[in-house]
Amino acid sequence: MASDAITVPLGQTEARPWVDTLHQWLTTVDHKRLGILYMLSALFFLAIGGVEALIIRIQLMHSHNDFVSPEVFNRMFTMHGTTMIFFVAMPVLFGFANYLVPLMIGARDMAFPRLNAFSFWLSFLGGLLLYFSFLGGSGLYGAGSAPDVGWWAYAPLGARAFSPGHSSDYWTLSLLVSGFGSIGTAINIIATILCMRCPGMKLSRMPLLAWLNLVMGGMVLIAITPLSAAQIMLLIDRYLGGHFFDTQAGGSAVLWMHFFWIFGHPEVYILVIPAFAFLSEIIPVFSRKPIFGYPVMVAATVAIGLVSTSVWAHHMFTIGMNSYASSFFAITTMAVGVPTGIKIFNWIGTMWGGKIQFKVPMLFCIGFLFQFLIAGLTGIIQSCVPFDWQLSLSYFVVAHFHYVIVGGILFAIFGAFYYWYPKMSGRMLSERLGKWHFWLFLIGFHMTFDVMHIPGLLGMPRRIYTYEPGRGWDTLNLIISIGAFIQALAILVFVANLVISYFKGARAGNDPWDAWTLEWSTSSPPPTYNFATVPTVGSRRPLWDLKHPEDPDSRYE
Amino acid sequence: MAGLIIAESAIFTIFVVAYLFYLGKSLTGPTPREVLETPIFYTICLLSSSLTIHFAAKSLERDYRRLFLCLWLLTIALGGLFLYGTAQEWHRLIYEHGLTISTNLFGTTYYSLVGLHAFHVTAGLIMLSLVAIFGLIGRVGVSQSDRVAVLSMYWHFVDAVWVVVFTVVYVVGR
Repeated sequence: MASDAITVPLGQTEARPWVDTLHQWLTTVDHKRLGILYMLSALFFLAIGGVEALIIRIQLMHSHNDFVSPEVFNRMFTMHGTTMIFFVAMPVLFGFANYLVPLMIGARDMAFPRLNAFSFWLSFLGGLLLYFSFLGGSGLYGAGSAPDVGWWAYAPLGARAFSPGHSSDYWTLSLLVSGFGSIGTAINIIATILCMRCPGMKLSRMPLLAWLNLVMGGMVLIAITPLSAAQIMLLIDRYLGGHFFDTQAGGSAVLWMHFFWIFGHPEVYILVIPAFAFLSEIIPVFSRKPIFGYPVMVAATVAIGLVSTSVWAHHMFTIGMNSYASSFFAITTMAVGVPTGIKIFNWIGTMWGGKIQFKVPMLFCIGFLFQFLIAGLTGIIQSCVPFDWQLSLSYFVVAHFHYVIVGGILFAIFGAFYYWYPKMSGRMLSERLGKWHFWLFLIGFHMTFDVMHIPGLLGMPRRIYTYEPGRGWDTLNLIISIGAFIQALAILVFVANLVISYFKGARAGNDPWDAWTLEWSTSSPPPTYNFATVPTVGSRRPLWDLKHPEDPDSRYE
Repeated sequence: MAGLIIAESAIFTIFVVAYLFYLGKSLTGPTPREVLETPIFYTICLLSSSLTIHFAAKSLERDYRRLFLCLWLLTIALGGLFLYGTAQEWHRLIYEHGLTISTNLFGTTYYSLVGLHAFHVTAGLIMLSLVAIFGLIGRVGVSQSDRVAVLSMYWHFVDAVWVVVFTVVYVVGR
């Protein structure tokens, strides 16, 4: 197959000065380098967003704490939310999609390499623009620095009267800019998957990761754009004196909520579908079985994509919609649970009867299965409208969505790092440090987010900067904060592992996990052109066919 | 391009929804009924430009370069005429009726929606003009016909959006 490399003339392999290397990275249009740049920028913002989370947790450690002022606290939770969603989760998932999709479908690059580079720099500079607000956000009036309107910036908080200076403008513009970057990447992923597959790679033979990213790309196109449109409207309101969200001129604050959540809820699925994609690749390899129910997995993903576009108003039960609207959104929300449940059963079906190897990537995936299930269950709980009236805007909600994003998505991302790091760097990550990372993070995660449900049930509202003693929240909040620090420690172990293994890790070779998809057929790290000869595939597991010519999959499909 | 069109459609959908949602919600005048006039002539201009660009792309495929260039320039002229129509209408609204983007909700939504469309027409015209310039110096041949086809797809999209905007603003909205 494509494992033989093109020999490079000697003159080109000499060491280059670091300025040259830097120049190459800055001007690169190679999908692998851009993928890595996406991931590095995500790790950079993860560190910042993590520090913000720790500041929030120190402030809430006990009642009447004055570690930071209320204004700073508002900025911290706004920046934490915005950073983690737009500049950590999305870039890291786009990074993996960028890196893996062309390799998995046997292509030499994305469909539009320059658009790809443009999208990356838009999203990265969007992040920098957001953080420039700390320096430049005071504006003409000297009021405020970073945005402090919450990550959804409900009207009229974003209006000029309530958010003077330029802090909210930085928020708006950075999301607009990075939103255009996301649209570019989505178009690129879709075009790559539809037009660049290697011979024999029919849609029905495509690795699930490619399928799921195809669905994700489609969702980005229809979900990110409403946010961009709403941001344009907000800019018109703030700079041209428009009245879209100005209730005093007949405008509607609720319309902003609708527009925001038409983006906001599909966004969750935009993040979780690539996480599903990682599981669908990792679990079969470490269970030594092909994925259970491939067509059903694809169908379930498409179903999730479709249904998730009509659930947004379950974030808004408390605004007083009529009972028909409430019932509709409650039912659609519960309906999303069905295809998601199918997926969980399929992963368990894949593991069932397999020879499971408990390597670190697999550990993270198993953690995902348990935690994502619980996160889904608390989600279903909250789709019951009366219950949501009780719990909305409490810490229960915070616990729920962190369970999804940290317990689900982040665990899958860690799994993906451990699984594909050998391909990207040519070195294995240390299993020992990896297990430390996993167990520390698991313990910290459960200390923080299991316990966080309870103050929510006891009535602790989110976004308060402090609370009265004697409500039974003190001990719980202390435990939550300690858990947060354990998670931070685990992340440090992870970063140390990334750095140490890059220099000292064991050589990975082409195919350290004995896996079945095309990316493992080329060298680690892959050459710029990916495959010396474009491969031809005959089944869903091309490398299995190659390793077992006596019993290939293509015979059964 | 199909992907971009889906994304753009979503953006326009949001603006159309906002326009419809705020119909009749303005607290002060002027209202659409009082000030809007149906721009039938300019609409015909824009819609017929879809026809001319279609035949232009087709003639490029068959390597009739001169015909392509004529039709292409005609398309640009029709698009430009449409923009002129929009500009004239805005001028009338602003100076005769005193309707600006900050006057009332109708002003906000009207200028945003029509402005967003006019922005897309402008962007389209810039791209069309670039092709025209390359065409005039003889650099556009059959080998570029795929790219020209993509551009004409964008132009059709802009026209289709105008059909929606026209219906919403001048038919339903009055």
